[in-house]
Amino acid sequence: MINNEMNPILIFISACLINNILLIKFIGLCSFFGLSTNIKNSVGMGIAVTFVTVISTIISWLIYHLLLVPLDLVFLRTGTFILTIAALVQLEEMFIKKYLPPLYRAMGIYLPLITTNCAILGATFLNIDYSLNLYKSIIHGIGIAVGYTLAIILFAGLRERIQTAPVPKSLKGYPIAFFLASLMSLAFLGFKGLFGI
Amino acid sequence: MNNKNSKPKLINDFLYGILRGNPVLVLMIGLCPVLAISTTIFNAIGMSIAFLFVLFFSNLFISMLRKFIPEQIRIPIFIIIISTFVTIIDYLIKALSPELQKQLGVFIPLIVVNCIIIGRAEAFAYRNSIISSVLDSFGTGIGFFIVLFLISFIREFLGRGTLFNHIIFKKPSLFMMLPPGGFITIGLLMGILTYFNLRKKYNKKKRSVNIEK
Repeated sequence: MINNEMNPILIFISACLINNILLIKFIGLCSFFGLSTNIKNSVGMGIAVTFVTVISTIISWLIYHLLLVPLDLVFLRTGTFILTIAALVQLEEMFIKKYLPPLYRAMGIYLPLITTNCAILGATFLNIDYSLNLYKSIIHGIGIAVGYTLAIILFAGLRERIQTAPVPKSLKGYPIAFFLASLMSLAFLGFKGLFGI
Repeated sequence: MNNKNSKPKLINDFLYGILRGNPVLVLMIGLCPVLAISTTIFNAIGMSIAFLFVLFFSNLFISMLRKFIPEQIRIPIFIIIISTFVTIIDYLIKALSPELQKQLGVFIPLIVVNCIIIGRAEAFAYRNSIISSVLDSFGTGIGFFIVLFLISFIREFLGRGTLFNHIIFKKPSLFMMLPPGGFITIGLLMGILTYFNLRKKYNKKKRSVNIEK
């Protein structure tokens, strides 16, 4: 379990590998299966998720600790966070389109999808649940995003290979993808115990 | 009238979510809670109730208000309505069963971004009458429950050797309780479903070929 006393490097490794958000925690699976059919798509999604997670982690931490806690409105957490993320995604889309056109071309179509990506909302909730401070929340957010990118790119590589493999007819498509995910998840379980976490 | 459409529309609305449009096995959406909390049947039932509660009220309110919601900002309004009921069920579970709350953890607030609920709001409740929407929410909720129950049944039986917390056999395989076991179970279920669908199609083809002969 991650807590505020942990070393930032350990928080990063724990969020990225040991408690990988997709394969161990099962958060954000819709996009994991939906967008991992080729490596190009998964790289775009990975960049977009990393970008939005880091920024929304900061904003949601500030909103929670500077606005909701002093005003005793903690029960509004779910609604505020999702609306903040939705607004943020819109803002970022406009900003990137104007100032960073190459990046926009790389992740343009994935940005709107991110609003309802559980991984980002999950990251903001976990930061609050683990009661991390701002600096460690950011590290934790980056760890989750890097773990997400790593898992989705690896998985897309595997799925590209499996398309040419002789798979039984009834397992083609999604069932075999689940089997692959299971094997990957087993591999990630191997990280458990690393550095005594 | 002997074709499939002879059923009244309301029954069709109800059955759609259970069979043809089963959210998990057919449409492949809303997978996160299905895999994450299906380690015991108790969790699966708790999650299904929370899910049905949110789906029922969000469908009800969205179809009630559908004439007042402007088309351009409908998604944020759906999210506000859904998050209201998610917050209510979150606090209800916290008060009624802290044990369940501990097990389900972050997955209750995450219902707010569950693709099934937003999908039903957008594709069904926003365009249909109140009665249809309510029936649709029950159908989808039951379809979700059946899949969740099946997976958690298999995982609890093989992974802990128990059913409803009664010990059935000793020395279970821990693998099924761990995350990889969840992926394998749902993959197998989907494979079996595809197998039967393919066989049905194959038999139909063979029959029609025989008739032509």
